[in-house]
Amino acid sequence: MESFTFLSPGLYNYWIVIFLMMVGFYIVISRGNLVKKLVGLNIFQTSVFVLYISMGKVEGGTAPIFGEGFETFSNPLPHVLILTAIVVGIATTALGLALVVRIREEYGTIEEDDIQAQEDETR
Amino acid sequence: MLDILDIALLFFMAVTAISILRLKNLFAVVMLGGIYSLLSALIFVNLDAVDVAFTEAAVGAGISTVLMLGTLALTSREEKQEKKPSHKIWLPLMVCIATGAALVYGTLDMPRYGDPNAPIHKHVAPRYINDSMDEVGMPNIVTSVLASYRGFDTLGETTVVFTAVVGVLILLTGRRRRDKREPTLEELEEQEEEV
Repeated sequence: MESFTFLSPGLYNYWIVIFLMMVGFYIVISRGNLVKKLVGLNIFQTSVFVLYISMGKVEGGTAPIFGEGFETFSNPLPHVLILTAIVVGIATTALGLALVVRIREEYGTIEEDDIQAQEDETR
Repeated sequence: MLDILDIALLFFMAVTAISILRLKNLFAVVMLGGIYSLLSALIFVNLDAVDVAFTEAAVGAGISTVLMLGTLALTSREEKQEKKPSHKIWLPLMVCIATGAALVYGTLDMPRYGDPNAPIHKHVAPRYINDSMDEVGMPNIVTSVLASYRGFDTLGETTVVFTAVVGVLILLTGRRRRDKREPTLEELEEQEEEV
């Protein structure tokens, strides 16, 4: 029986989520391109969504909608929290992209190194 | 069977994330970002979160990708090619590995996938599942919780979205006016020298 539980996801979901989180984190702190940084931030964010939804899953449950013949439901609370988080996430992404557009107008580039170099020159 | 689906989809997500990390063409990066969101929406369907899957597919894979493409049209399509000194690569890598190891250590105590006795299912969730039909009267429990039990969350969310919209408008209005007399870098340098 132990070998079967090893084959079922177990903690696999959480580990993949952590891997995705770290890939997103690495993109944010190591890449100089501002658009790529925002894509990295989105990867991080979506991995957190998967973490929450994975925790809400109940073995043998269905989507939390009442209907004939369904007794077991997955936990609806994480679903609600993540619905809110998705909408807030797109709002912050839009704000970040607007900032990128403005930075491009001021400096003519969206690379962090070039912006830093220009700042050093004008100082 | 569904577990195999879960494992395969999460594996695809990991592959997509690695491709995003390695690609230099920003157009491809943004498109892969859309695929990444769509894969996560499929995972949400598999994990019974159908409402979240709708929203992620529409907002994450749709609107987000459109906004990113719009930004690329206004800026540039290629990430700068550069050879970075090795310490600039190793430091972030070490930080990520250390953080990831700490997080993996943290998961060892967590309840296993699909465990119905996990603490998360013992707190308010039974109330929502057992009583929401009588108290609110919606067949969809997520709707009841979103609009009734946790209505203030939605109010706060609306505030955040409003603030973000105001911020975007402040940042992007008046762009045209500035475009007409945008000084080039040389002109700015000349001004500096005159001063």
